[in-house]
Amino acid sequence: MSNTLLQAIAESNQWWAIGPEMILGCAALGLLVLEIFLPKEQHRHIPVVSILAQIAVLVGVVVNFDTVWKGEYLFGGLILLSDVGQIARVFFLLSSLLVSFLALVCLPRTRMPRVEFHHLVLVVTAAMMLLAQSNHFVMFFVALETVTIGFYILVSYFRDSPLSLEAGLKYLVLGALSSAIMLFGIVLLYGAAGKVTLDGVVHTGFEYPVIADFLRQNPDSFLGLAGALLVLGGVAFKIGAFPFQVWIPDVYQGAPTPVTAFLAVSSKGAGFAVLLVLVLEVFAPLEGVLVPVLSFLAAATILCGNLSALTQRNAKRLMGMSGVSHAGYLLLGVVAAFSVPWAADAVWFYLFTYLLASMAVFGVMAYLAGADDADQELDHYDRLARNRPFLGAVLAIGVGSLAGIPPLAGFMGKLLLFIAAFQAHLYWLLAVAVGGVVVSIFYYFGWIKAAFFETWSPAAGGEAPAGRPVPPAPSWAGAATLAALALATVLLGFYQEPLTSWLMK
Amino acid sequence: MPDSNAQLLQLAIATPLVAALFIALGLPKRFSTKLAGVAFAVPALIALWLWREFPAGAGADYAFRSDCDTGLAAFGISLKLGLNGISLPLFVLAGIVGLAAGLYALRSGAERLKLYLLLLLVMHGGLLGVFASVDIFFFYFFHELALIPTFIMIGIWGGRDRNYAAMKLTIYLTAGAMLSLLGLIALYVKSGANTFDLVALREALAADPLRVTTQKYIFGLLLFGFGILVSLWPLHTWAPLGYGAAPSSAAMLHAGVLKKFGLYGLIQIALPLLPAGAAEWAWPLAVLAGVGNVLVVGFITLAQRDLKQMLGYSSVMHMGYCFLGIASLSAVGAGGVVLLMVAHGLSVALLFLLATSIHHRTHTFDLADMGGLARQAPVLAALFVAATMASIGLPGFANFWGELTVFVALWQFSPGITAVAVAGVVISAVYGLRAAARVFFGPPSEQFQRVAAQHPPADIGWGERLPALILLAALLFLGLWPRAVTDGVNRALGRPVAEMVRR
Repeated sequence: MSNTLLQAIAESNQWWAIGPEMILGCAALGLLVLEIFLPKEQHRHIPVVSILAQIAVLVGVVVNFDTVWKGEYLFGGLILLSDVGQIARVFFLLSSLLVSFLALVCLPRTRMPRVEFHHLVLVVTAAMMLLAQSNHFVMFFVALETVTIGFYILVSYFRDSPLSLEAGLKYLVLGALSSAIMLFGIVLLYGAAGKVTLDGVVHTGFEYPVIADFLRQNPDSFLGLAGALLVLGGVAFKIGAFPFQVWIPDVYQGAPTPVTAFLAVSSKGAGFAVLLVLVLEVFAPLEGVLVPVLSFLAAATILCGNLSALTQRNAKRLMGMSGVSHAGYLLLGVVAAFSVPWAADAVWFYLFTYLLASMAVFGVMAYLAGADDADQELDHYDRLARNRPFLGAVLAIGVGSLAGIPPLAGFMGKLLLFIAAFQAHLYWLLAVAVGGVVVSIFYYFGWIKAAFFETWSPAAGGEAPAGRPVPPAPSWAGAATLAALALATVLLGFYQEPLTSWLMK
Repeated sequence: MPDSNAQLLQLAIATPLVAALFIALGLPKRFSTKLAGVAFAVPALIALWLWREFPAGAGADYAFRSDCDTGLAAFGISLKLGLNGISLPLFVLAGIVGLAAGLYALRSGAERLKLYLLLLLVMHGGLLGVFASVDIFFFYFFHELALIPTFIMIGIWGGRDRNYAAMKLTIYLTAGAMLSLLGLIALYVKSGANTFDLVALREALAADPLRVTTQKYIFGLLLFGFGILVSLWPLHTWAPLGYGAAPSSAAMLHAGVLKKFGLYGLIQIALPLLPAGAAEWAWPLAVLAGVGNVLVVGFITLAQRDLKQMLGYSSVMHMGYCFLGIASLSAVGAGGVVLLMVAHGLSVALLFLLATSIHHRTHTFDLADMGGLARQAPVLAALFVAATMASIGLPGFANFWGELTVFVALWQFSPGITAVAVAGVVISAVYGLRAAARVFFGPPSEQFQRVAAQHPPADIGWGERLPALILLAALLFLGLWPRAVTDGVNRALGRPVAEMVRR
């Protein structure tokens, strides 16, 4: 190793380029410090600090959207800043902000410590942001493991609840398995693509461009193919694609509601951010194999998610299984992106609409949850529209958007994906997707039915069902957040300019 | 710079939606009902004004055009509004039925009236948008906007079996909507125009028609998708159930106007753009399904004992004539269908309105439990008999001209089928007149005597009479002067359909 090499690496260490992640990390540590130094009665302000820090970072990223480092390899090729990376940053920050908001609603009901929760959310979010920008499999794996380990703790955060602990254990075992599979794939790729470095060559078999070059020159390499498929298997675990979706219902149900939302939105989003980069750039030469494999996965995921959601009566499990089907629709967009480049933008559009709608629904769920966070049956939504019309309306808009009902944002997301799929000639896949949408109407509508249509009426006679306590009214901040989510979902259905002009410039 | 009439068209669609928004934001009930009344009236007045203003020479070309980018212009989607000879009568229909349904809803005293009005306003805005859209994406979009409130309205204010009916309706109609959406996307991609603008699509496909096999499968998607939405036999089972359960105003708007969406789509989009595909599907499938609507559903209607179910089945049955008119693949037939759509929309809305008024007095929809209501409510009886006559297709009402034109077109296509279709008129005369007789004449049943003793029925007041008279006046006007609709339709259909038949 010569000095010039080290110098080159040192020069590419642009710490400002990863400023958002650094600030988040410092804020996370700062929360713990605050907990030590602030008097106990002031502790309730600590989450507010976390939220303010996230808002500050979010504003910073949006203002500096066109950073000077865009398109440059930083930290010796570990990180590549790109437009998509910036979009991903905004996505993760928005999501984590809303997760923090959900935590403000949910955590006070338990006796669990709160500061550590916000600390972990910040760390995991920073890791996700790095994951989306990584250009090197070591960076990729370290970021991914930071995310995953954070989630191991978060899923079992309610440590006095057996279901939460069980969920944590399941996530741990299966997560470790998927990490191992992915690591094996990375090693295979490294072994195939890596070459003995000669005179100051900094590139190794871990860097995306090197692997892409290798695969382009050796598209028939078995090791390369096996490695790529194994890595994608690990990603499929993150997004909950078939056949790696088995963990979802139990983990979603057992995890605290904010964590369920975090898993459903951020973790899935991170999976797709990575998948788009890997499939369209790194493994693109393997298109001949990947398109059929991913098409099959998409179809199976859509069918599996929708069919298994049909029988769920627990709101969290329902969100889990319906989330699987959304992963299927998104995979459809990923497959289409091989031949229709703008499909990748459509995937991001869909992810943003999914974020808004899911967070609205999880927000309502957070207010409705009783003492036992895992016990959120659809029956508990009875008379919601009468008792809390506002929460009912937000739920209807969120669920409607997830179902893809016009004029809500989710419909526009699906429409763009379907047009892209049609242009990519994926007719069979499209037929499956459309069938899935029709099936999904059944369970989404069942939810709305539970909240809006009263099953018991005085005229019909019989005993009134044992009433659950009326859910608490949201605080003004909570109501404003939910209203903003619902309003954004409705407005994006009518007027997409703000999102499209930004995603597709 | 759009002219003022184009802005009026935008205003007509925006008014109900904005009013709905204000009600959603928590306007007090007092103002809500007033605002809703205004928002139901404004589109009707604008629709009539635009009808007067419609340029005499325009046919297939759109008047009152405006264009508004919502952020998807890069994908060839933007909110383009306008009216042509085919859409204008339906737009006016939407305005008038919307006004009648709105007035009736204001007087209905429904529980949670604000939410009821809100949903009805959203539905009304969607309906107006459907027929004013030049962009076929928004055509679909507005249809869904109008459709969603029906599900909720059936679920909350519905009658018997409302949960089941709401669920069945939702699943059926979503399936239909998704199929037609696929068909529209197929048009978008396969035409190579990459736009949903109907005018641009027409130009692109006129210059470079699609291959017959492509046309065939796209038309198939549209036929089945729209067919489910129009309750084409045997995919019709959602309709009588849904209408039976729906609250009156929702049933009026859905059966009267919203269901015309599929037929309108076939005439305005599918026939001119995919003539070869239409020819492939018309015989035997579309014709046989249409005959199924007329005969099979006609006989089922005969067997109904529930007034509202009977009206639901009868509305499904009349859709059969429309399908036959379209399947005859002639400009005459398509023109007759447009006229029939308007006439049927007015008459079925009137019937649903009166059925609810009857229910207020008899407290039942069961025909066996009624009788002799004409003595207490002579005006109601007169209106109902008139509406039944219109629905059967007696001369003097608009339905007559529509059915007659369809039969003429059908005769050129196949005299045998025409005979079958004409037999349908006899069937509808039998069940229509029998229902009128059961409800209003003859000796009152024991059940009705008991109800009448407890709540002596009064004749209908102005709150119910006004919307009914509006609808009846429109029916008579078109019955006496059908040219008001047919002139524009003929000019609009003349060119594309004539070319199609020659091919």
